[in-house]
Amino acid sequence: MAHGPAKGFTRWLYTTNHKDIGSMYLWFSFAMFLLGGVFALVIRAELFEPGLQIVEPGFFNQMTTMHGLVMVFGAVMPAFVGLANWMIPMMVGAPDMALPRMNNWSFWILPFAFAMMVATLFMEGGGPNFGWTFYAPLSTTYAPPSVTFFIFAVHIMGASSIMGSINIIATILNMRAPGMTLMKMPLFVWTWLITAYLLIAVMPVLAGVVTMMLMDIHFGTSFFDAAGGGDPVLFQHVFWFFGHPEVYIMILPAFGIVSAIIPTFARKPLFGYSSMVYATASIAFLSFIVWAHHMFTVGMPIAGELFFMYATMLIAVPTGVKVFNWVTTMFRGAMTFETPMLFSIAFVILFTIGGFSGLMLAIAPADFQYHDTYFVVAHFHYVLVPGAIFSITAGVYYWLPKWCGNMYNETMGKTQFWMAFIGLNLTFFPMHFVGLAGMQRRVPDYNQFFADFNMISSCGAFLFGAAQIMLLYNVISTIRGGKKATDEVWENPEGLEWTVASPAPYHTFSTPPAVK
Amino acid sequence: MSAEGNYYVPDQSRLPIFASLGLFLTVYGAATKLNGGGWTIFMLGAVVMAVVLWSWFSTVISENIAGLNSNQLKKSYVWGMGWFIFSEVMFFAAFFGALFYIRNFALPWLSGEGDTSTTNAILWSGFEAQWPLMVTPDMAANGDAAKVVGPGQNMSITTAESIWSWLPLWNTIVLLTSSVTVHFAHTALKNNNKKGFNIWLGITVALGILFLVLQAEEYIHAYSVDLTLDSGVYGTTFFMLTGFHGAHVTLGTFMLLVMWLRSVLKGHFKHEDCFGFEAASWYWHFVDVVWVGLFIFVYILG
Repeated sequence: MAHGPAKGFTRWLYTTNHKDIGSMYLWFSFAMFLLGGVFALVIRAELFEPGLQIVEPGFFNQMTTMHGLVMVFGAVMPAFVGLANWMIPMMVGAPDMALPRMNNWSFWILPFAFAMMVATLFMEGGGPNFGWTFYAPLSTTYAPPSVTFFIFAVHIMGASSIMGSINIIATILNMRAPGMTLMKMPLFVWTWLITAYLLIAVMPVLAGVVTMMLMDIHFGTSFFDAAGGGDPVLFQHVFWFFGHPEVYIMILPAFGIVSAIIPTFARKPLFGYSSMVYATASIAFLSFIVWAHHMFTVGMPIAGELFFMYATMLIAVPTGVKVFNWVTTMFRGAMTFETPMLFSIAFVILFTIGGFSGLMLAIAPADFQYHDTYFVVAHFHYVLVPGAIFSITAGVYYWLPKWCGNMYNETMGKTQFWMAFIGLNLTFFPMHFVGLAGMQRRVPDYNQFFADFNMISSCGAFLFGAAQIMLLYNVISTIRGGKKATDEVWENPEGLEWTVASPAPYHTFSTPPAVK
Repeated sequence: MSAEGNYYVPDQSRLPIFASLGLFLTVYGAATKLNGGGWTIFMLGAVVMAVVLWSWFSTVISENIAGLNSNQLKKSYVWGMGWFIFSEVMFFAAFFGALFYIRNFALPWLSGEGDTSTTNAILWSGFEAQWPLMVTPDMAANGDAAKVVGPGQNMSITTAESIWSWLPLWNTIVLLTSSVTVHFAHTALKNNNKKGFNIWLGITVALGILFLVLQAEEYIHAYSVDLTLDSGVYGTTFFMLTGFHGAHVTLGTFMLLVMWLRSVLKGHFKHEDCFGFEAASWYWHFVDVVWVGLFIFVYILG
């Protein structure tokens, strides 16, 4: 094994190094984040005023669909896998990921999969236009021909996720340094262990449901066709059996990141470590028995409505435990407000708002009113943007000095935080109001009644987009130079990753460290 | 290639990028073919995948022979295979779940049970739930104009006397036996009995092939009596469940065949170092368990 990275661009093609692969995941994810962001800005530009201005309704549908798909599968998930690749081996004291070649395979599938998926926009009949949830029969009987390419893209990105998860589980269970017992692992490692389990459990179900679509489209089967005895609602059940754990896949690693950052800047150990672990496991378990709360209006027996309503509300309990622990960790701490901490505090507050609107949506009779309105859009953007995106950004600022050896520009970081924070709330908070007033999602035109709030949302969206360009600039200029970071970077942070040099050497922990 | 501490971290490798390329070409080619194109890209992808998999496995095997794999690293492969099989279980769960939902919810509701009697009265009047579904809602409502026509015959057992000529029973016997023989092979290997290992493993492969032949026989019969992939939701679930299972048996047989060839031609596998074989045998037990589920829920309760 060479001691440093190989020369030339083939370093990136052939690498087996977890840090190289982590960096590739993160850059890929950021590129997809910008692409999905451009799609979102097309949507917001069209919705700036009532009436049809900029795009055709058909293209608008492709934009909402592709925005969702690219953000979920291209931006958020790969970003978390990138952080896992970088940090988990260093956090558990392992020389690398357990299966380094498969690790690189997991990554390189993604650019191919997304090239194929984005290419559908240029195919005859346009790209997927049926929403990111691709409900049958919109995605089968009435779908454009490019849906076949979409289906296969989902298949191979699922394969990538499953291999990535297997690697993460094998690394955590098999590669911990001696003395690193399970209950000594950092919470980021714990949350990723549980996330990886969720991924292996539900990505095959997603593969199953797109396979059923493929068969219905091309081979005359009747899964989703009532004429043959099937049922379009079956699609929704199978999809959401995948889809609900999927939304926790996008938030559990975020919990882990925030649980690493808040103790550092509150200068107190994390409050209630073991309750955090059990709460994470409980959330993961519950995620498998709540899926039909996405389908309250589809026509279910009353027993189903009630079961899924109460099971969903139960999730508030472990989530409440977590929020309580984060707040208690900060309570009477010696707090400072560096950029990662700002993003983490915003995470706790805004994610809680998203959680509360989730509770409102969980009430089945109330959901009959909210379903498919902008209230739902506001809800899941409040959990995903301050939840996933803010925590990823916080993680990048927190660990960037460890990765590249330089401190980022704090002023620029804080400016970016406030731009993103204001932009986010301007964009999504008014959506609660227009949603409750009855504005439907996924429609390019709307009543003049909603005009003011939509204009505010669109302005906020462009502000939020500008903040991301600032993040890109800050990261690049930090990599290129800046104040040298110490090995500890922050004041007395916890974790093995702070015991190695900054920047972290190409190979860390070739011999396992001792963990007390 | 020096060992990285105790745990062998491989050098740079071309395998992953070419595997990604091969996978991409395969699925891109499949989608092109389904949308009316030719086979060329798909075949190209399949060739790339075959070459990559061949070299990937031979790399791993030669690393193991060269003694690079510590016990800890071997454990990573064990975890990897275990979780891969779990993902396969969940893939089948999606299709079993679909079968459950259709039989217990979709069909009764289509026939007017519950709060949905208007659906039946307006859209599918005259439809009655039954399983196996011989008369589709389309046939019940539209008679001769129906586009989705049910099967001419189903695969359930008709009379108690006919049980010995009932093919699924023989398939069950063949596959369950093969699970026992592969276990005998494993025991023989553990006892350092390479000859016994080769014989029992050979028998297992032969039983796997026999199962596939019988399954092909069943499909030919099914198509001759108008039970096809597009004959309503019975045909759909029957062929998708047994078809995916058959595909997995094909893969499992191929894996065991490769293990057999490695043992017979190359003398691979020692009693304390045989995870390649063990992984394939786990996979074989997995397809066996899936078949038991199929036998119960598709055939007996069919």
